[in-house]
Amino acid sequence: MRATLFVLPGALFGAGLAVSGMVDPAKVVGFLDLAGAWDPSLAFVMVGAMASFWFLTRLLRGRTAPFLGGSFPPPPSGSPDRRLLLGSALFGIGWGRAGLCPGPAITNLAHLELPILAFVGAMLAGMFAAQRLFGADR
Amino acid sequence: MELHNFTPVPALVGGLMIGTAAALVYAMNGRIAGISGIAARLLRSVPGDTAWRAMFLVGMVGGGALLFHLRPALAVHEMQTGWWGLVGAGLLVGLGTRLGGGCTSGHGVCGIPRGSTRSFVATLTFMAFGFATVFVLRHLIGGEV
Repeated sequence: MRATLFVLPGALFGAGLAVSGMVDPAKVVGFLDLAGAWDPSLAFVMVGAMASFWFLTRLLRGRTAPFLGGSFPPPPSGSPDRRLLLGSALFGIGWGRAGLCPGPAITNLAHLELPILAFVGAMLAGMFAAQRLFGADR
Repeated sequence: MELHNFTPVPALVGGLMIGTAAALVYAMNGRIAGISGIAARLLRSVPGDTAWRAMFLVGMVGGGALLFHLRPALAVHEMQTGWWGLVGAGLLVGLGTRLGGGCTSGHGVCGIPRGSTRSFVATLTFMAFGFATVFVLRHLIGGEV
């Protein structure tokens, strides 16, 4: 099955999170703690990730369709609304509290530890609740 | 300004790996590799659009497990809060990323390079609230957290 191939980018993504150090909540909070002992590493992760995504997807410009089927999305459109702002604010508060966003939380499941399971379980419950109460995002 | 535990080279290398992985997904099926979206859309499975998400997440855990095994120093993960804090933060992250339509990967890694105004504003917003939350917890009410 073609779906199985997606294990590969998944593994590269997880390995990248591990190499970058972003799986450590202390390192993430170290970046968010501007008034304390600041660790700018997360900014370097973002720059590396955004630059490589930008460059590699640019190489695909000539293609009309992805390699394994489906279609490329239309160029981004739309402007920020209240839902986007409220959601991103709530996400930022949770991220600052725990030092975990969805990617590192999922990769940390590899440790098979209860605190991580509790976070991921609560995160999935929050996602489920949001979809039920407010409808799916665009 | 004093810099602590700054690791620019692993950060940049890890970032390149993350961006390359997201670009691979885009090349393979045209989807945006936002982790919150990949996970959340498993919860309301649409036929034909589920297996690749599950496989990607399996890969994320497996890739992490492999690196943690090969390089135990990378396995360090120091929790910042107890059970209630983790559960509360997890709920906020889940709820917030679905209302906001993305997280650090979908809005930050993919959305900004695609030129999305919504992603740019979302990223500024969650960064600002992340900074503010840590400031309040560490410097206003917490002292030593």
